[in-house]
This record gives sequence, structure tokens and C-alpha cells, in this order.
Amino acid sequence: MDFRLTAEQEALKREFEEFFAREESRAPKEWSGGLFAIFESDENWAYHRSVAERLAEKGWLSLPWPKEYGGKEHSYIEQLIFNEVRAYHRVPGVDMWGPQIVAPSILEHGSEELKKKWLPRIARGEINWCQGWSEPNAGSDLASLTTRAVEDGDDFVINGQKIWTTGAHRADHIFFLARTDQNVPKHKGITYFVSEVDKPGITIRPLLYMHKKREYNEVFFDNFRVPKKNVVGQVNQGWYVTMAGINFERSMIGTVAGLKRDLEEFVEFSKKTVHRGQPMAKATLIRQKLAELAIELEATKQWAYYVAWLQSKGQNVPAESSAAKWFSSELAVRFGNIAIEMMGLYGALKEGSKWARFKGKYEDMCQYTLGITIAGGTTETMKNIIAWMGLKLPR
Amino acid sequence: MNLDFTETQEILKKTAREFMARYYPKSLVRELEEDAIGFRSDIWKEMAKLGWLGWIIPEEYDGVGGSFMDTVVLFEEMGRACFLLPFFSTVICTLPLVTAGSEEQKKEFLPGIASGDTIFSLALTEPSATYDAEGIATTATAQGNEYIINGAKLFIHDAQTANYFLCAARTKIVEGRPEDGITLFIVDAKIPGIKITPLQTIADDKQCEVIFENVKVTEKYVVGQLHQGFPIIEKLLEYAAMAKCAEMMGGADWVVENCTSYAVERVQYGKPIGSYGIIQSYLAEMWAEIGIAKRFTYYAAWLLNEGLPCSKEVAMAKSWAGDVYRRWTRMGVQIFGGIGTTREHDMGLYYRRGRQAPLLFGDSDSLREKVAQEMGL
Repeated sequence: MDFRLTAEQEALKREFEEFFAREESRAPKEWSGGLFAIFESDENWAYHRSVAERLAEKGWLSLPWPKEYGGKEHSYIEQLIFNEVRAYHRVPGVDMWGPQIVAPSILEHGSEELKKKWLPRIARGEINWCQGWSEPNAGSDLASLTTRAVEDGDDFVINGQKIWTTGAHRADHIFFLARTDQNVPKHKGITYFVSEVDKPGITIRPLLYMHKKREYNEVFFDNFRVPKKNVVGQVNQGWYVTMAGINFERSMIGTVAGLKRDLEEFVEFSKKTVHRGQPMAKATLIRQKLAELAIELEATKQWAYYVAWLQSKGQNVPAESSAAKWFSSELAVRFGNIAIEMMGLYGALKEGSKWARFKGKYEDMCQYTLGITIAGGTTETMKNIIAWMGLKLPR
Repeated sequence: MNLDFTETQEILKKTAREFMARYYPKSLVRELEEDAIGFRSDIWKEMAKLGWLGWIIPEEYDGVGGSFMDTVVLFEEMGRACFLLPFFSTVICTLPLVTAGSEEQKKEFLPGIASGDTIFSLALTEPSATYDAEGIATTATAQGNEYIINGAKLFIHDAQTANYFLCAARTKIVEGRPEDGITLFIVDAKIPGIKITPLQTIADDKQCEVIFENVKVTEKYVVGQLHQGFPIIEKLLEYAAMAKCAEMMGGADWVVENCTSYAVERVQYGKPIGSYGIIQSYLAEMWAEIGIAKRFTYYAAWLLNEGLPCSKEVAMAKSWAGDVYRRWTRMGVQIFGGIGTTREHDMGLYYRRGRQAPLLFGDSDSLREKVAQEMGL
């Protein structure tokens, strides 16, 4: 075994570090770096957009793509390094869906026309996506979705409702799934579409998160028309197109790297903050808890590298990547909760109070992190995948 | 980056798996657990033939010249097999002899270890039950060109089979600096004044009380520098911690595989218990946590093997692996149900080891405290 990066990878890492340290210094005053912070204010959104432009100039939004479509054909390891450094510096600029989910699906299944039209725009960071997959009655069991798409001339006409559509109020494009055949088993009648948002027949309604911020939305389609040429892959093959979207780097290193930074700051805070008559860092229980978090973070980091390593060898890693997703997201929730507990009464103070510590970060974090243990596959779904696909247990 | 085992390591793993299947069935584990000595010279000789006993010994001393990372594979297979012969003790005592021993000591002891004639046991811990320097109260007093050792060593693995001890004793008292003034000695186990009493433990793993009463050792058996033994011990403890992690992970592999296959076979309410969500949840968590602990073990062991700074990572990996092994050997019994609680079922072998191994070479709480210190807290 050899855990070292190559000389080229080390050089690339230094380049990423320099870039993201500079971008971090450009963050607006109220920037928290939270996962959904880009959607929370106009200043934050403008910051996200400006970083996206500079990332596009570097060609870093399309690192793993084929050169033919503007990529650099980097391996999963380089993509992992990029994700790790960016998250550590809490810098936005990478659309949540375009480069990582939409682009791989188009690359693998899209027509030449789709590739030429959409890939350069994703690589240039010009467009912002939202994801129309989940529905009120199709969550973990996504394939039971009921939004319908009916052919009409050169178009499909869409009717139905989507939910948990994060950032739809900021997005200009949507990729979504709709049922095109009612008379076949549920996985076989679904089609994958891409579309502009700014067209008649679509209504976006906020669905406020428990901390009152707007991340999610509901999206209603009412005779929304999408040209047939916007179908990715074949009609009724949409379920299999979504599978290509899982070919991105799935180690969850970003979550780990962000938490690592959080922990470093919390350690400094605990050294200079007197609590219950002594610096927090001297209390045995606090030391144990912080060490435990550091250990779990390092364990999860090593696992993330392992997942990327397996992916770089061309392996399919449903169970391993599910463990990475479950572990890193649950660790984020645990971190937020342990942090507010360690801060005692201060832990519950919201941002804005002069008494708030860390600008109310952990009050916020112990709420928003719940979303990441649910979105993109719940912790329970992750365990099911391990049980069924990894351990081959009977269903 | 390359996170795979080398070809040599893959072969070693395969050989070790076959070796254990052939020479070391679970019936023998039970037999040796009940036996006061717990040794089989025929098996030991086979191991010597395969080069395992001299794996980390340089070729000039009749060894194989392999790496510690290679032995991680062996420790895994031994953990899986619940191996009781004194391989672990001998290897962790061999390491400081290779790195800190004098030329004369290497010539005298290493070939014997490689050939299987010499067995070492680490006489470090005492009734203070800690791996810290403060815990060492045994004294070695200079008298001419000899030292006279007096003190009680406790929790000493394989003292009953050892030909030699690697013994830590205090040769000087330095006020406020307990890590100064400790010296490591090679002590012939047959010298008069050594009294060995076996201890009964949860894992039947051959621990002993070893009393040293006016035991004479010549100064040529000092390992490393006089009074400067503790840094050698600290390094030895890191190797021992990683070897113990590897053993635990090998045992953990057995637990995952056997709990999974049992959950598929065992039918209740007309369905395999492995089709029920709650059992699937246990097994998925077991698989993932053990997998993560294993990768963490490899990472820390690799750092150690490469000579890179790793005190924090070793403490982290041992603490985490110990917790994981403790947790899932417990849940493994739960999956097997009543039969898992019996003496005749193999799960109990791992459950009992899952209580013992996390305590050795740093328990999880003290390792977390060490991590806290390394974090600057």
C-alpha cells in the first residue's frame, strides 16, 4: 500500500489550495459556508456565481470529462482532492447538480446535440440546476413517481408535482423524471428530461426549512411543455439514465473536509473559552468528545479515500459509497448536536445576537444537517443498499 | 496512491488462511484455551519453516527481511483463527531488537527467533496497569557489570512459554520525569528468582504474573542506551497497538461473514431472519463500521511502517477499532441468539476476545486522551 499522492497530484493540490484560500477571502461578511448557504441571500448567491466564473476559467468544473467536451480527463483521485480542498475552505461555485449529476448522464446517454448544447454551458458555469425527482408520494421509492409526460407534436406535455426541490427559486434549469408509460413495470416507464425553468406552466412555491430559511421548494407542472430533443437517453429509459449520475466521485470527502475545518475552529474556541470555571479544553468530558469527533472524522476520511480509490480502478461501489454517505452525514448531525451541547446555554443562540458564538453556526448546523441524512438517499436507504447489494441479504 | 495489498501480502494472506484451516481448527483453540501452557511445537516449527517467525528479521540474521506491513496480514489471519501461540509476543519483542539491539544481541537472538527455538515475552506492565512510564516501579540496580532486577510484572502474555523476557525496569529515579531512567533488558526466563504464576482471563490468552526477585542480568543484555529505554517502549507499543488492531479486524471479518450467512440460513416466522429490517440494519452497520475500522488500521499501520509521524493516527485507529470490535462482537452474539451465548459456539470465542483486545496497548478512553493531547487540547 502507498497512501501518498503523486508529485503531479501534490502540485495540483497546492494549486487548488492557493485558489480556494483566495476565494475564501472574498466571501461576503455573513457567509457561513453551510451546505445551503448559497440560496439564503442575494449576496451569497452573487458570491457563488462569481466563484463559478473563475472556476470555469480554470476548467475545474469539468475535471473528469473527456477532453472532447472540454474536460481534463482527471481521475477520481484528482476530483476527490478538488472536492476536499474546496470544502475545507467552504467556498461555493460548483452547482450542486450540473457538473456531478446532469453532465455524467448526458455524457453517457445524451444525443450529440444535447452534449454540444448543454455540456459547454455546464463547464462554463453559466447555468444553475435544480432536481425534479422526488414527489410527495415518491421519496425513497423514487420509481413510483406519478408526474406524467404525454407526447404532443414535437413536445412532451408535463403535469404533476415535485417536492424537496432545493434551490429551485435560484435555478434557471431543471432536470426531472416523468412517467411516459403507465402500462409497464414502474422502472420501465420513466423518462429523463432537461429544461429551462423560465417558461409557462411551472410554479415554484417555497417550503421553508425548520430554521425558517428557504432551501426547498415545491414545483408544480401544469401543461409544462418540453421539446422532445430534451429527452436524455431513450424515452422510458430514464431510470437507467439516472444510474449514470451515480458515476461521479462518491466518497463524500467534501462533508468530511468541511467538518475537519469546523473541528479545528472548535478546538481553538475550546482553548480560550472559560466554561464552568475552567477553559473548556481542560474538562475531561470535552476532551473525550472532541477526540472522539476527530477519530470518527479521520476514520471517515480514510474510508472516503478508499471509495475514490475503488472508483478510480473502475469498480462499482454501491455498498461502499452508501456507507460513506451514511457515515459522513450522520457525523455532521452528531457534530452539530455535540457542539451546541458543549457550548451549554450559548449553544441555542441564533446568529445576530451579540452573545452568539460562532455567529450561531451550530444552532443552524444541528438543523440543516438533518437534510443531508435524508436527501440523496436516507441513512436507512443506504443501509438497505449495503444489506441487499453488499451483503446479498434476502428482501 | 495504491491502496491494495502487494502481491507478496496477498500470497501471505492466502497461505495463512490455508495454514490455519489445516493446523489450527477451532477444536484446537478450545483445547489450548483449557491448557495451562497453550503451545504446540509442531505448529510453531511449521511457522518457522514458512518464514513467519523471522519475517521482520533481516536476512543477515537468518530472517526473511520482510516489512511490518506484511505481518499485518498475518495478524489478521491469526485474529480470525483465534490464534493462541506466542507469535504476537515474539514479533513485538523482535522489533526493538532489530531497531535498537546491539550487533552482539542481534547475532545471539535473532537467528534463534527465526528458527523457532527462541520465544520472547514482553515484561512491561505492572500492578499499576498502565502503559505510561509512571507505571514502571520494577527496579534494576547496578552491581559491578550486572544489574539486579526486583519487582512485579503483571498481565504478561506468554511468560509460561518464553525463553526470554524483554523487561522494562527503572535504573535511575529522575524527579518529575518518569520517562527518564527506564532501561530495557533481555532476561533469560530460566534464571533463578523469576516466579511465573498464570492468570485466568476472559480470553484465556495466557497472561501471567511474573515476579522478579534479585534476578541478575549482565550489562551486555541492555537493549539500546542505559536509562533511555522508554522511547523504544513507546515505539514498540505503537507496533503492538497496530498488530492488535489487525488481529481484531481479522476476528471482525469472521464475525461479519458468519453472522451474515447465519442470518440467511436461520428461519423464523417462515422467513430467514436476514430478511427482517432490524437484522439487516445490524448487519449493514456491522459491515460498514468494521470496513471503516479496517481501512483506518491499514492507514495507521502504513504510516508506522514508513517511519512517518503517526502517534495520533495510531491512537485514533486503536481506539476506534477497539470500540468497533467490542460493539460488533456483542451484536454478533445477538444475531446468533441463544446458541451464540454457549461455550460450544464459536461466536463466544470472538465475544470474549472482543472484551480483552480493546484493553491491550491502550484502552479507548486513554487513547482518546492521548489524541486530545495530540490535538493541542
